[in-house]
Amino acid sequence: MMQKTKLVEALTGNYAAAYAVKASDVDVIAVYPITPQTTIVEKLSEFVANGELNAELIHVESEHSALSAVVGASAAGARVFTATSSQGLELAHEILHIASAMRLPIVMAVPARALSAPISIHNDYGDVMNAKDTGWIIYIAASAQEVYDTIIQAYRVAETANLPAMVAYDGFLMSHTVEPVELNDEEEVRKFLPRPLRPYTLNPKRPVTMGPLASPDWYYEFKYQQATALREAYKVVKEVDALYGEKFGRSYGVVETYRMEDADYAIVTYGGAAYGNAKAAADMARERGIAAGVVRIRLYRPFPTMDVLRALEGVKAFAVLDRAIMFGSPAEGPLYKDIATVMFMHGVDKPAVNIIHGIGQRTMYVEDMYKIYTMLKERPSKEVVFMGVRI
Amino acid sequence: MSLPKASELPIGAVIPEPGSTRRNKTAGWRTLKPVIHDDRCVRCQLCWLYCPEGTIVEIKGVFKVNGKTYDTKYEINYDYCKGCGICANECPTKAIEMVPEAP
Amino acid sequence: MGILEFRFHGRGGQGMVTAAQVLATAAILEGKYAQAFPEFGPERRGAPVKSYLRISDKPIYIREPVLHPDVVVVADQSLFQAENPLEGAKPTTILVVNGVYKAPQKTYYVDATSLAMKILGRPIVNTALIGAVVKATGVVTLHSVAEALKKYFTGRLYDLNIKLVETAFQETKEL
Repeated sequence: MMQKTKLVEALTGNYAAAYAVKASDVDVIAVYPITPQTTIVEKLSEFVANGELNAELIHVESEHSALSAVVGASAAGARVFTATSSQGLELAHEILHIASAMRLPIVMAVPARALSAPISIHNDYGDVMNAKDTGWIIYIAASAQEVYDTIIQAYRVAETANLPAMVAYDGFLMSHTVEPVELNDEEEVRKFLPRPLRPYTLNPKRPVTMGPLASPDWYYEFKYQQATALREAYKVVKEVDALYGEKFGRSYGVVETYRMEDADYAIVTYGGAAYGNAKAAADMARERGIAAGVVRIRLYRPFPTMDVLRALEGVKAFAVLDRAIMFGSPAEGPLYKDIATVMFMHGVDKPAVNIIHGIGQRTMYVEDMYKIYTMLKERPSKEVVFMGVRI
Repeated sequence: MSLPKASELPIGAVIPEPGSTRRNKTAGWRTLKPVIHDDRCVRCQLCWLYCPEGTIVEIKGVFKVNGKTYDTKYEINYDYCKGCGICANECPTKAIEMVPEAP
Repeated sequence: MGILEFRFHGRGGQGMVTAAQVLATAAILEGKYAQAFPEFGPERRGAPVKSYLRISDKPIYIREPVLHPDVVVVADQSLFQAENPLEGAKPTTILVVNGVYKAPQKTYYVDATSLAMKILGRPIVNTALIGAVVKATGVVTLHSVAEALKKYFTGRLYDLNIKLVETAFQETKEL
């Protein structure tokens, strides 16, 4: 049983995000609605309307405008928030690169939803994965509680590293599912998120130029700076998570493991549905004598290379469960590609299968995940397996 | 002169010195330059309005021209004028003449 | 306590998503873990919808539809013609139904539609069914439901709905 003395609310993932934004005392919110993000905006509108949140809520005409508006507001020094999914994230795409290269500490929630065509309102990580290399810090949460905690952490990380941060989670399966969420005292959250001294802001009293053109003599240096900053953000993420744990009693690390201490076979994955069901499958496998474990990637960018290597050190074989298809890749799973690169660069050669599942919210039954463990035990390989699809 | 390293540059490609573009005197771009014949200028402000570079300046004072007294006068800032000729084109009294830049 | 899994069957607009959420909220207020979610999709009035609820004394992390419910709640018996609400049910499954239906499992019934018409003036049966579920399973207390309901209704609507919950609790009978 949980402590009844703390403030525990029954909230959906989206409402948890809205409460986190409220606690973080943001100044400007610019949003355009899209399923399954809409209820975040509805809740935030309620908070602004009833005075619980003192923020400027701008209803823009598209997601491209939403991200552009928060870029502008952030450049002027405001603490900002936006949220979108799927085609909305695609529409905003060109601004993603601009936000990170301009080093603006924007925080964006992305309840992950599949990409068109055909149109799907349901959950997979196609949208998030298509944005993975835009220079943003990317977290993938696995519970409504984690969404709440991570958005608060993201503000401190973004404002320390001077990089924007995305907090992604399962659309519908988490965004619209009610779960218990322990809320922090908002005064304490404000103390955890002091306003930082921003290196540069658009301020008539100290004028600067932002967003200039850079000729071939200059462009590369700025991009190198940006690449280094994202690599260094890894340390910031870990530090903030530890500090948050000390203050509020909950921390998650960059990679979460389940029964990995003595595991022979592991499923490596991300998101609430995949991780939760894989844990249940690992329990099932253990009951049947398979030493199974699960690894969850929480920090996806910058990639937690050493943590992944450490987590998978003792296994005989592992499966990477991806919920997005990177068409035309040597292996279509984005996480599999990242892990294959890590293994190759560090001289680790183990059988590792790429399971693609949960596309368009195809149900990833615990039974399916259990089959992955038996597959790893009986026929470990290095191939891509599209699971759960009628072929 | 070697250019600064990545670690020496401000983050986000911010240019921290405001108005640095003033150092770039674009006078050298001209082949023709505008000359305002003040005795034909009726102070309609159109040249000032239309100049795409903002290099026509408005000067306040007392100016007696052709028996009339005006409180403004328009002058070209030849440091930055690129000689596009829009001012001469827009002037309703043909008070601006485009003359070849002296070699 | 173990994990208790519920499946709610209704038609879009009858409030079965809210029913699951209110019960989840009540359980969370009692310090338990709970998870409530609808069958996701473009919702429309009148179409058959399902929602799911899990209540446990341990953290719940699986996210799949409830295939073998411990409790099935049916918002109106006409749904038995449209689909099979008892699909995947176990011999120990408890059925809570608005109306009367003969099932092999233990069944609790209440005329939620009449009660709702009498008390609310409209045939929205979800709160009545919440009362019925509490009577049939005792999974949460009426007091917790009363507290949980405050997060979903205010003022007169709250008073009417809590009355409906309590009346339905009284009226629910085992078949």
